[in-house]
Amino acid sequence: MDSIKKIISRYKKDRTRLLDILKEAQAAEGKISDQAIEAVAAALQISRAEVEGVISFYHFFSDRPTGKYVIYLNNSVTSGMAGREKVARALEKEANCRFGQTSPDGLITLFETSCIGMNDQEPAAIINGVIFTSLNEEKVKKIAGQMRKNIDVQEMIEEYGDGANRHDLVRAMVKNHIRKEGPVIFGDYQTGLGLNQALKLAPEGVINEIKKANLMGRGGAGFPTGLKWELCRKEKSSEHYVVCNADEGEPGTFKDRVLLTERPEMVFEGMVIAGYAVGAKLGILYLRHEYTYLKRYLKYILENMRQNGFLGKKIAGQNFDFEIEIKSGAGAYVCGEESALIESAEGKRGDPRDRPPFPVQNGYLGSPTTVNNVETLATATQIFTHGSAWFRAMGTSVSAGTKLLSVSGDCDRPGIYEVEWGLTLKELLSLVGAEETLAVQVGGASGQCLSEAGFGRKLCYSDLATGGSVIIFNKTRDIFSIVRNFLDFFIEESCGWCTPCRAGNVLIKNKFEKIASGLGTASDLAEIEAWGKLIKATSRCGLGQTSPNPVLTTLTNFREIYEKKINKEADFRSEFDLARSVEQACQVTGRKFEEEREDA
Amino acid sequence: MSSKPVIATASLAGCFGCHMSFLDIDERLLELIELVEFDKSPIDDLKKFTRPVDIGLIEGGCCNAENVEVLRSFRKNCRILISLGECAVMGGLPAMRNTISLKDCLEEAYLNSPTVAPEDRVIPNDEDLPLLLDRVYPCHEVVKIDYFLPGCPPSADLIWEALTALVQNRPMKLDYQLIKYD
Repeated sequence: MDSIKKIISRYKKDRTRLLDILKEAQAAEGKISDQAIEAVAAALQISRAEVEGVISFYHFFSDRPTGKYVIYLNNSVTSGMAGREKVARALEKEANCRFGQTSPDGLITLFETSCIGMNDQEPAAIINGVIFTSLNEEKVKKIAGQMRKNIDVQEMIEEYGDGANRHDLVRAMVKNHIRKEGPVIFGDYQTGLGLNQALKLAPEGVINEIKKANLMGRGGAGFPTGLKWELCRKEKSSEHYVVCNADEGEPGTFKDRVLLTERPEMVFEGMVIAGYAVGAKLGILYLRHEYTYLKRYLKYILENMRQNGFLGKKIAGQNFDFEIEIKSGAGAYVCGEESALIESAEGKRGDPRDRPPFPVQNGYLGSPTTVNNVETLATATQIFTHGSAWFRAMGTSVSAGTKLLSVSGDCDRPGIYEVEWGLTLKELLSLVGAEETLAVQVGGASGQCLSEAGFGRKLCYSDLATGGSVIIFNKTRDIFSIVRNFLDFFIEESCGWCTPCRAGNVLIKNKFEKIASGLGTASDLAEIEAWGKLIKATSRCGLGQTSPNPVLTTLTNFREIYEKKINKEADFRSEFDLARSVEQACQVTGRKFEEEREDA
Repeated sequence: MSSKPVIATASLAGCFGCHMSFLDIDERLLELIELVEFDKSPIDDLKKFTRPVDIGLIEGGCCNAENVEVLRSFRKNCRILISLGECAVMGGLPAMRNTISLKDCLEEAYLNSPTVAPEDRVIPNDEDLPLLLDRVYPCHEVVKIDYFLPGCPPSADLIWEALTALVQNRPMKLDYQLIKYD
């Protein structure tokens, strides 16, 4: 208990640090104990229920004891394609327990987790915070053997990845897989050049330059960045904030991970520029929990920038102070939504807020806040390094510049591609070495599943707008298992606030399984479509509004697969099986069931 | 024989509250009798279908095999079948047991409950009792349902409007007040 008190006092009883406190408490005790909950609630002067609400919200908190080694195996769709089942079974065999349990000797706990941003090197897992990629049965056996010898997880890594993954403060086996370097993110860059250019302008001038460049949000929604900064700046308040959204949880995206590994200064510099533009003194990098392995390295980069005068007091010799803090979630896809992210950064459950008011009006701690994607901020830096005209000349007339794509699935060269907007899917497929392609999932689970008919479409804001997740499926894949994976993902990740999203997706899934099992009718297809529309229209955040997309877009683009499964003659078919549903009652009462003849 | 539309009703795993609400149409009952005739229903106490029925109203979901049998016979005999009220539409209060296994439910109620005298500790298994289902099913999971009238219970006005619209073959006019529940 002493250690809990120490942890709380280290965070100065700061309510916004609740997640950090709980993480350390869990690390110290292997679980978040009842006593820890009491102590934290008392010290932060919040209710026990509030603390418990936070614990139950995030995947990576556990109030049950866990083993010495806690393994989170990713269950994303590409993980399944890369042999996840075998790895999972091998883990269960080695640990002698099922997923969700701890081995009898208390050594290993197994959990499943949603996409951890390693889609190009699956199956991947997080073990005690350390990333393991490209797992197979032999590797599992070896790792388990090392665990039985109590070897430290970090020591189990045999070979580090490329680039900064080898850095002393990272030491990760993660690979960058940068396949195509474009002119913006991977173009000429020297820390501070862009910042110096920006600081020569008035804040309004900075906003103008971003507007002239026509920079739009790179997270997927594509909101004009200049306008966002302007709206934020215009709000009267004693404090303004910049938040960098590094909670890339969209299945299949991992570009921010690579950006933060290879171009962290560019990202931080963008935050400083944004801070100058909106009138903020503090920026928060909200780093997804899965990327905690980058935290020490990022702190070191920040310190370097501080030493060099790009951060802290009187930046670049100007009368402008700006600091950057790193905050982390604890595993929740919905925290990628900006208002949920802000709640989480405040140390609360990541429940999305009602909008309006928007974060630019009422954001972090109630103050105007601009929340920008990692890539957007890095791009902003380069706009000042090279000028808005240079930027504007790339891409299409509506969509300026380049986009980082995270490509995974069935192709020869999965990884990161920086391409100019306007590339067609067909061109991309040949670039990445994809053959016999059946479907391409653009924009992750919340995006769309396109068939060959859509391969001529262009990646740009006016056609296929995307945060950059591209998952490729070849003709050996089964559309139904892809949809099933994404549906399960949304059911798991719904925060539960809006009934249509919480309950509706479960109903859609049940209906989907009815169709998959061959019992569906045309009326079932029509109901899925109607319910999907209802969920989209009546959920308050982006998660709910996009959650039916996996089934809706495949119903549009792969309708024949569904049509083949359904019974066209029958107007209604029930899944209900009377004999099966009275089985339990027969067992309990010792009676036998004989279905009476219908005309009786 | 008259050519008035024929109505049948049943209460399955419900509380008869929807039927009570039906009776709450008050003096309009007299008007209703002019419009329709009743076949199998607790209202006239007819136990069996005597002729083809136009509109069947089902209160309650299915919690046992007999409910399923009755519901299926309604589907067979009724041209239009309506789920009346929360329990028929979604399972309602009885469906609260759906998260617990039937065995645990019965053991808690008949074996382990502190209010059961030791000599009474037995799970009822008389063969005249219908077998319980593993969970409570809303009607549309068992048979095709044509209309859903929500509410706990649906108000008399809602039932009246829906019924009269159907027998007069006009669109239902369901004002916001009729389907608002808070």
